Amino acid sequence: MIDWPILSIVTFLPLVGVALILLIRGDDDIAQRNIRNIALFTTIVTFIVSLFIWGSFDNSNPGFQMVEESQWLGGLVTYKMGVDGISMLFVILTTFLMPACILASAAITTRLKEYMIAFLVLETLMIGVFCALDIVVFYIFFEGGLIPMFIIIGVWGGKRRIYASFKFFLYTLLGSVLMLLAIMAMYWNAGTTDIEALLAHDFPANMEFWLWLAFFASFAVKMPMWPFHTWLPDAHVEAPTAGSVILAGILLKMGGYGFLRFSLPMFPEASELFAPLVFVMSVVAIIYTSLVAMVQEDIKKLIAYSSVAHMGFVTMGIFALNEQGIQGALFQMISHGIVSGALFLCVGVVYDRMHTREIKAYGGLVHRMPLYAAIFMIFTMANVGLPGTSGFVGEFLTLMGAFQANTWVALLATTGVILSACYALWLYRQVIFGPLEKENLKTITDVNARELIVLAPLVLLTIFFGVYPSPINDVTAASVTNMVTGVEQALQAADALNMAATR
Amino acid sequence: MMSAIVFLPLIGFLIAGLFGRLLGHRPVEIITTSFVALGAVLSWIVFIDVGFNFEEAAHGSGHAYERVQVLHWISSGDFTVDWAFRLDTLTAVMLVVVNSVSALVHLYSIGYMSHDEHRARFFAYLSLFTFAMLMLVTADNLLQMFFGWEGVGLASYLLIGFWYKKASANAAAMKAFIVNRVGDFGYLLGIFGVFVLFDSAEFSVIFDAAGDYADTTFMFLGMEVHALTTICLLLFMGAMGKSAQFLLHTWLPDAMEGPTPVSALIHAATMVTAGVFLVARMSPLFEYAPNALAFVTFIGGTTAIFAATVGLVQNDIKRVIAYSTCSQLGYMFVALGVGAYSVGIFHLFTHAFFKALLFLGAGSVIHAVSNEQDMRRMGGLWKHIPFTYAMMIIGTIALTGFPYTAGYFSKDAVIEAAFAAGDGIARYAFWLTVFAAALTSFYSWRLIFMTFHGAPRASADVMSHVHESPKVMTIPLALLAVGALLSGIVFEHSFAYEDGFHHFFRQSIFMLESNDILHALHEVPQWVVRSPLVMMILGFVLAYWMYIRAPHMPAQLAERHDILYRFLLNKWYFDELYDLIFVRPAQWIGRLFWKGGDGKVIDGIGPDGVAARVVDITSRVVKLQTGFVYHYAFAMLIGVAALITYFVFASGV
Repeated sequence: MIDWPILSIVTFLPLVGVALILLIRGDDDIAQRNIRNIALFTTIVTFIVSLFIWGSFDNSNPGFQMVEESQWLGGLVTYKMGVDGISMLFVILTTFLMPACILASAAITTRLKEYMIAFLVLETLMIGVFCALDIVVFYIFFEGGLIPMFIIIGVWGGKRRIYASFKFFLYTLLGSVLMLLAIMAMYWNAGTTDIEALLAHDFPANMEFWLWLAFFASFAVKMPMWPFHTWLPDAHVEAPTAGSVILAGILLKMGGYGFLRFSLPMFPEASELFAPLVFVMSVVAIIYTSLVAMVQEDIKKLIAYSSVAHMGFVTMGIFALNEQGIQGALFQMISHGIVSGALFLCVGVVYDRMHTREIKAYGGLVHRMPLYAAIFMIFTMANVGLPGTSGFVGEFLTLMGAFQANTWVALLATTGVILSACYALWLYRQVIFGPLEKENLKTITDVNARELIVLAPLVLLTIFFGVYPSPINDVTAASVTNMVTGVEQALQAADALNMAATR
Repeated sequence: MMSAIVFLPLIGFLIAGLFGRLLGHRPVEIITTSFVALGAVLSWIVFIDVGFNFEEAAHGSGHAYERVQVLHWISSGDFTVDWAFRLDTLTAVMLVVVNSVSALVHLYSIGYMSHDEHRARFFAYLSLFTFAMLMLVTADNLLQMFFGWEGVGLASYLLIGFWYKKASANAAAMKAFIVNRVGDFGYLLGIFGVFVLFDSAEFSVIFDAAGDYADTTFMFLGMEVHALTTICLLLFMGAMGKSAQFLLHTWLPDAMEGPTPVSALIHAATMVTAGVFLVARMSPLFEYAPNALAFVTFIGGTTAIFAATVGLVQNDIKRVIAYSTCSQLGYMFVALGVGAYSVGIFHLFTHAFFKALLFLGAGSVIHAVSNEQDMRRMGGLWKHIPFTYAMMIIGTIALTGFPYTAGYFSKDAVIEAAFAAGDGIARYAFWLTVFAAALTSFYSWRLIFMTFHGAPRASADVMSHVHESPKVMTIPLALLAVGALLSGIVFEHSFAYEDGFHHFFRQSIFMLESNDILHALHEVPQWVVRSPLVMMILGFVLAYWMYIRAPHMPAQLAERHDILYRFLLNKWYFDELYDLIFVRPAQWIGRLFWKGGDGKVIDGIGPDGVAARVVDITSRVVKLQTGFVYHYAFAMLIGVAALITYFVFASGV
């Protein structure tokens, strides 16, 4: 085991980069290059250090590991960090995607310093969310992440960036306010803000009901679940490429993570009670947003809607309340982080060249960009959930979990495999295939070395985890099994209590 | 050896795909072709070893099959699957079919694609397909089979859309993938059902336990249903998609947009037979699900006749053969449906040779007439390309079941099995398959007559260029012709006779004690045995009459029965129907959800509505702002008082 506070180091390492960037004066080419290099270097170091977390992670231990604890805010709140099988991989995913984001920001030249600072601060806050073991600390990181993202969309975004950023901010804030109220109520009831202690605490049944709803409000918006999803397409369309990658890759996963960290283990009875509601919302999300994706005219919007559909599989899997469902949901989140991130990076590649996201503006790219076409094909197939890519494993396991919970849900959700093929292949056909007729596309160049460095690892991981998903499933197995048995026991206990009460 | 057979094409694909541009076309062609050819040789060794030299092997292991574990795949809770190979006779038969045809098609393509500037990519795709198909047939569990299943779908998608400049090719590729996905939808649900019932997706576990669940029911969609029947029907839905059976057949004719060697390999000999293989592989389950088998018979019989009727009037040479394939697949399913699994596989085996021969022959014709595919612009070619003509004739007589050719044994066995299975659905299938035999003969000979006989209808310019194909294309034709002639007579005993079956297939196909179809099919009345032959002659005579003796007749007939003709020419209007009930509504609903649901309802009531209300409220609040400091101070005091009051009461003091 490592005896230095590795989680805190990984969490706050990006802030060191921020300090260094602040030292740089001027805005000329050299300064810009330095800023980029520092940001890139910081994120790469953070990623490498974070690998030590995975390296020293004990797969067989279902509890929290590498726990750090110290008093904060005069003892009211403890600063407590730790990871388990549910959170650990999200930390790695975050640190892994950040260097790609920095590299994909070559087109940004205005206010570069602020841009990089915003991203590095965002990284700290995102890692913090997944490491925090005190609910107040969690809340601070969770909410804090809104601000840099709001700025990234609002300052470096597209034409309707102000509308999109406010929509994003208000939507998520509204959910969070309810969550804050719930956190306060939990503190009053349990007398602690320590997540480990809260997990062991048994909340009164009627209180669980309201707490579940309050948390749900926040996480459902973050996910986003239908019908709280409309902020996402707007935010994606307007965000710069790197912003979209983080949004789809990490921020969306916070909702799913929240369900698994709080809703399920802390409020098992309410979770069971509301499971049908979640199922309905998930199935609607899968079918509805897939159909909407089919008629989009903007590449990013199409991918954004497909993200909502994929997140539908996640929520469905989580509330199937069995191992396959939850492990599948976790896998789906990791895989979607890689694949959707990669898809947005792919869009960024052509956007940087043509400055449009309209599907109609493209066509026949394969003639000029064969390598790009091949890479985009792999991610399209992963998005469709082809076996052998990472997209399949999560989709399959969540569906299998759902089938055991409710066959109707599984049947309807499985239509998603047909619909996803429809929109994804349609997009590919319109953009990549066909004759190259548009004048301005005739000089477009294939992916360059920088873009290849960004995309190649994602290609490899997409296929690797599709063929050999064990590294991920082994990490999540113990914690998920532990959670499922915990939830089952709680439900049995509640049943016994109800029986006793009626007798 | 198993690993070598399966992974050779993968290595070929990776070399061709990653280094294709570096190596150049010729090395890529040689590497991929020789890898697959090596795989084919090894497959024949395995086939003879497993199928005929079993005695020696049996003493060693005593197992019904051989299992080779490669890698751990997915595990979650009780669910575990591995990457592993399962080798038994059924697999060995498929190995031979896949690798032999694939090797010949690789070879043929060197000639056929020689003018294409993307042929390295073409060979990469061909090898990828071969790999996926081998993964499918060697799978030791349902999930790995699904990997191969979708993998061949991907390769098929890429190859149909190989000429990506053509809009029609792109559309056909997409259609193939999506229609297949509709079938996969059922396949996936089938896997879930299997897991719920057996706690496993591994074949050995499922097959051993199947008998224990013969009468089990489970809840599906809120109904109490017979578990194995439901699972079999769901899996069969996958088979219907992949094997282009009635209702899910629409993609196959369009798939002819791909290069002709692709049609021969994927859309005739191998991929489309995956559904047949699936049902045969799952025979231990289907044997306990008689209703599911009846459904298989029904769909098979219907497809056999439906596709044959459409094939009668098509003018594109490849489409005729495509519909013929569709129809022959129907025959295979009829055999499976009546419980004669090995007969279905027999027809699959022989069909692979003569149908690949027909397709490659058609390719040779198309090659000769400068990429013309419409038979109305051919005719009189036999003198110019006599070798291709001879090969096409061999393919045709094998397909129509001329005595002692391959089709004669396998197709007649199907028809006899259908009769022997008794009344009801089987009798329905029997009559349809007998009648379809006449249609098969008619459209096959129509193809020959329109293409090779009569006056040349191509332009003089094209006719002057007509030439026989190079050796690299004609050698594969000759080898396939050997298969088309001999594969029936050599293997009939092993596939279609009871003792041969037991010796050859052993436990790789499961049949209940009560299932004596392999015995009964040889006991049918003489008129049943003779009927396919009569039908074949009838079809030939009719075709000869209409296209050689009285060539004006078809047009007159078409005119007189205009509605029927159009109905057939437009493939029973399935494409139009699906467009009307699936494609357009989906787009319409999508647009409705987007503009109406997301735009008006959710955003209208949600964020935009709230924003509008906030603006309303703030403008009212602005009116309250009087500018006097004491007004604000007063408001603050009230607020503080309210808060204190709340906390005092809330904390219960």
